[in-house]
Amino acid sequence: MSRIAGSETEVAIRDFRRRYVPLFSTLFAILLGAVLPVVAESPWVPNLGFLVLITWRLMRPEIWPAWAAAAFGVAADLVSGAPLGQSTLLWTLIFLGLDSLDSFLGVRDYWLDWAAAAAAIAFHSVGVWYIALLMHADIGFLVMIPQLAMSVLFYPIAARLILFLDRWRLSR
Amino acid sequence: MAPPKNRRLGFSRRAHFGLFLSYVVAIGAAIIALLLLAISIVDPRGFSALRGAALDVTAPVASAGRSVIDFFGGIGDSVSNYWQAGSENAELKQQLAEARRELVRRQAVEFDNRRLNALLGLARTTQDEVTIARVIASSYDSPRRLATISAGSAAGVVPGQAVRSPDGLIGRVLETGRWASRVLMITDGASNVPVRLVRDGTPALAVGRGDGTMELRTLEVGQNPFRRGDILVTSGVGGLFPPDIPVAMVVASENDTAIARPIADPARMDYAVVLRIFQPAANGPLAAAPPQPVAPPVQGPPVPATPHPGQQNNPRYQPALQQPQPGMLTAPAPAAPPAPPAQ
Repeated sequence: MSRIAGSETEVAIRDFRRRYVPLFSTLFAILLGAVLPVVAESPWVPNLGFLVLITWRLMRPEIWPAWAAAAFGVAADLVSGAPLGQSTLLWTLIFLGLDSLDSFLGVRDYWLDWAAAAAAIAFHSVGVWYIALLMHADIGFLVMIPQLAMSVLFYPIAARLILFLDRWRLSR
Repeated sequence: MAPPKNRRLGFSRRAHFGLFLSYVVAIGAAIIALLLLAISIVDPRGFSALRGAALDVTAPVASAGRSVIDFFGGIGDSVSNYWQAGSENAELKQQLAEARRELVRRQAVEFDNRRLNALLGLARTTQDEVTIARVIASSYDSPRRLATISAGSAAGVVPGQAVRSPDGLIGRVLETGRWASRVLMITDGASNVPVRLVRDGTPALAVGRGDGTMELRTLEVGQNPFRRGDILVTSGVGGLFPPDIPVAMVVASENDTAIARPIADPARMDYAVVLRIFQPAANGPLAAAPPQPVAPPVQGPPVPATPHPGQQNNPRYQPALQQPQPGMLTAPAPAAPPAPPAQ
């Protein structure tokens, strides 16, 4: 592939890719989480949409304002069967928290990214569990531990995947 | 990684205002989300049209994927069956012989049962089914245990109906789309199923624990009548679940608690039968009772209060305390139970 776009169409395609790959990859992950035909006994698979969202956010802080999380959250709530407002609230709060972390730290390295992701995942798990408690689903927090651990351990893989997508997005 | 370039906004007033506005929007969205969440918690059946539409959109994709999974799962089963055929054959023959003996005994009991029922003049109500559907997915990344089935309001599915597989109870319908519905599985933390022990009929409540098991709560405190291997079936109390559907098998029974596992294995469920609500009045809203005219409480001699049926066996029940006393707030006469709507 040549580095210089040969036609107007090619320019348009590259521009589209540059703008919308993060949006569509996150929406795809949210939908995948909702339609994956798995019948499970307890939560142990990471919440794919959430994981992809925070990976994009940690890798490219500048592409989305904080309210984008609310829009993604509405989509996730509608397709996943969670009470409406659950992901909307938790994800927006996490984005606001990450924004304040960024303004406080300035520079993050890979390990700090992982730590921030782990904190966000833990906050999300606790939030989801507490909302389930409010909805009279009387369950112990122990049920959430496998999913929490899986999500934290899965973050490096998600980061590689998103990095690959990001390089493709910006490639010439 | 390098700090992003446009974090520092410089002196552009417009850029500063844009950032500020984005935070205002984000915080506003969080507040709206909190309100939505509060509404969802108070009224779980709210937003049902919106959620049903989303369910209709996603269910076909999951359904297609489920067929693929079933196909590959089938291949795995066939391969392992081939390798284990020899040892399995002998085992199956033995099981068949046992099952035959059991069948003969069952038939005798069945005949006996029918004769006794006829003697008592009991008519067994037919538990006709609403529809048959496929179980296409379940929530696997949230603490709630919700399954999706491929039948919705177009097939006559209504929230509250019981859903069973050929093996046993799966749960009850929570919300419906036009062509798909969501089922609250019996292992969900918010699910309570009135059950009874097959062995001696002890009533209990099977409460989900969210991790694929259920906790059994008896009505009497300090007793644990459950043993490992005991089977529990629905008792029909409460009116939602029809009686005698297998629910769970006790897997652990310690001092005070008994843990049971559902008989319908969630990983192997593929077809589900949606059943009619056992007693339709059980699913109606509480406010449906007709308003009773309130009689003024002070006129005439006090009418002797008859004990409520539930109180007759209560040793602490004292009829005298039910008489209106001076200075006591009197309640209106107990309302007659609402007549079940005609079917």
